[in-house]
Amino acid sequence: MNDTLTHEQLNADRASVLGFWVYLMTDLVLFASLFATFMVLRDNTYGGVSGKDIFDLSFALKETIILLMGSFLSGIALVLAAQDKIAQTLRWIAAAGFFGAWFITLEISEFASLITDGHGPDASAFLSSYFTLVGTHGLHVTIGLVWLVALFVAIQRRGLTRPMLRKMALLTIFWHFLDIVWIFIFTIVYLFGAL
Amino acid sequence: MLAVGALFAGFITFGGYWGYLWREWFTSLDPKRIGIMYIVLSLVMLVRGTADAGLMRLQQVFAVGNSSGILEPEHFQQIFSAHGTIMIFFVAMGIMFGLINVALPLLIGSRDVAFPFLNSMSFWLFAAGAALINTSLILGDFSRAGWLAYPPLSELAYSPTSGVDYWIWSLQISGIGSLLSGVNFLTTIATMRAKGMNYMRMPMFAWTVAGSMALVVFAFPILTATLSLLALDRTLGMHFFTADGGGNMMMYVNLIWAWGHPEVYILVLPAFGIFSEIVPVFSKKKLFGYTSMVWSVVAISFFSFIVWLHHFFTMGAGGDVNAFFGIMTGVIAIPTGVKIFNWLFTMYRGSIRFPSPMWWFLGFVGLFTIGGITGVMLSQPAADFQLHNSLFLVAHFHNMIVSGVLFGYFAGLTYWFPKMFGFTLDEKWGVRAFWLWFWGFILAFMPLYLLGFMGATRRLDHYDASLGWQPLFIVAAIGAVVIVLGFLAQVIQLFVSIRDRELRRVGNDPWDGRTLEWSVSSPAPEYGFRALPIVSSRDEFWARKHGAPIHDEAGEIVMPKNSWLGIAIAACAYFGGFAIIWHIWWLLALALIALLIIVIERTFDEDTERIITV
Repeated sequence: MNDTLTHEQLNADRASVLGFWVYLMTDLVLFASLFATFMVLRDNTYGGVSGKDIFDLSFALKETIILLMGSFLSGIALVLAAQDKIAQTLRWIAAAGFFGAWFITLEISEFASLITDGHGPDASAFLSSYFTLVGTHGLHVTIGLVWLVALFVAIQRRGLTRPMLRKMALLTIFWHFLDIVWIFIFTIVYLFGAL
Repeated sequence: MLAVGALFAGFITFGGYWGYLWREWFTSLDPKRIGIMYIVLSLVMLVRGTADAGLMRLQQVFAVGNSSGILEPEHFQQIFSAHGTIMIFFVAMGIMFGLINVALPLLIGSRDVAFPFLNSMSFWLFAAGAALINTSLILGDFSRAGWLAYPPLSELAYSPTSGVDYWIWSLQISGIGSLLSGVNFLTTIATMRAKGMNYMRMPMFAWTVAGSMALVVFAFPILTATLSLLALDRTLGMHFFTADGGGNMMMYVNLIWAWGHPEVYILVLPAFGIFSEIVPVFSKKKLFGYTSMVWSVVAISFFSFIVWLHHFFTMGAGGDVNAFFGIMTGVIAIPTGVKIFNWLFTMYRGSIRFPSPMWWFLGFVGLFTIGGITGVMLSQPAADFQLHNSLFLVAHFHNMIVSGVLFGYFAGLTYWFPKMFGFTLDEKWGVRAFWLWFWGFILAFMPLYLLGFMGATRRLDHYDASLGWQPLFIVAAIGAVVIVLGFLAQVIQLFVSIRDRELRRVGNDPWDGRTLEWSVSSPAPEYGFRALPIVSSRDEFWARKHGAPIHDEAGEIVMPKNSWLGIAIAACAYFGGFAIIWHIWWLLALALIALLIIVIERTFDEDTERIITV
């Protein structure tokens, strides 16, 4: 790509990548707090439903595959962007966004059916902690989607400039990070809960 | 307070200063200006927090026997909740971030922080939190649940008014600002140090800031999560910490202290750093035991995360758990002691001068050691069962935070004042202020240790005459008056210094300093260094003054352009918080949409820098 990078530019990239990693660590602590809360409250069903009654492992597996698929596609988009192929990059970004949106739709439908069955977040401490943990992850994915759309538009307008590449790299890091958090949700919430 | 505010606003309006403030200060991304704004706002909040403290002291003097004192119980509860909240979040945190902004980039030989816009946004989020907490004076009421709002008292069932919501959202907004500042300064230290400044050549203040910011990065997300959970309980009827629905209030207490204990060290570490800069300068010796100082910072940062349970030994976690946390708490005294001895050894056989920063240091050594000893007493679970929730505890933590944190910050403000404004503070009034604070502190808080032993609990709004406590409460109130006099002496000091500023102008290096900030002019220019320094020594500026060769790197000076979007984001946060407190959902939606647009706008704005020629 661009061989004539100045010292300042490299330093700015280094700082923003490191800064983003530090931010991700803070997000990880946030999720850790929510996981700890879930672990403490998971048996406090207050006479209502428990994980065994409401979790469907095959549904959770479907969600997992879709989320990971989006992450994989965003990785491919980054590889293409590094080769300066704008049209293909945009196509794969759109595909990643599609899977992200599909995941969110599934999660919303799961939440909606729980709430209509009377198992909303205000029914018991277990459900409060479940909705909050999984919902916080979903909120992060939603923010990632908004970022993705903004990036899509910006790349269309300005091309694959160096700042764009940096933003895109950070977005894929963010997406992979959400995958890792989701793997823990799948294990701790769904797998342990359904067993 | 309102009248003073209105008067001030009127002065600015009629003086035509709004444009100047907006252009030169509010939208500035210069860390030194942001730092000064932090300090000014924190000092304003200090006035409010001190007024609250005075009211509490008066109440406890008069509320004895048949008299119910000067305050209704409800009002008294709001005041002690507001006092703690304001002093920790909006005074101590504010002055800390102010001093870090002013000093850190210069100390590490950098022109700026890693993310200048984020820095401005953090400050304005802090200001939005402060604005929200002051809004509760006018609209609605404030929390009556203490500064940490333990549930179930802070839940809707027992605190149905908007008070706790104000507490949650003002802390949430300013807390996110602090979190982002932590990310920012940690990245700054990691990536922006001058060439040649490896970690073991970094000034001690930068090391303590690194420790403190690492704690911010690990602790503040817990606060964000905890406040969110409490807000979900109160706003959406969830059951995290409620008395019914399967909630677990001890989970809240664990979470809030997993943040709250590191918070104490977040505040005190930079104060240690300030002393580590001041003592060598005024002793004309290099810092004794630099390496052990570094490791003690690392050790304190680490241990501060495994002691949180000592805030609730009485929860009933069992003997083994209590023993572990008790021992760990005692262990923290060791690295802290190492630091105290290192400072004293730095002074040993030095040629010592005694301007007011050194007085604050000496006062700190005496009083902080007493606080440390009572802390070790409290760290023993058996003793803690007797002393917890008593005025002994109140005396202990004021002993740490007033004579540790606040004295350190006052020393730092005096020390770096010329670097901020180009003239020094008046020494005569500075020393007077110190002695008033010192004796005021002893008079105000030593009686509380005694009262704690006699069984007086904290947050007491009334007691029986036969207990014989009133004389000690009167002594404590006199102490509070002396502290207020000390504060007035500081106001006079500021006034006298500004009046005589032309006589008090100083050059680059008024204290015969050792570190890089004294190599640039006072006040420091926006870009800090004309040519970026290349460092080959721990006390680089001292070495240069004594003949070390100077290698600087001249080049283009690239600085960030001003931006008003930080204020705009904070305004969205303010209105969003206000909307949740009063359940005005359309306003919340509006604030969030505006926030989203601004963030996207700023993220994709590539025209953010300008080149300065000098």
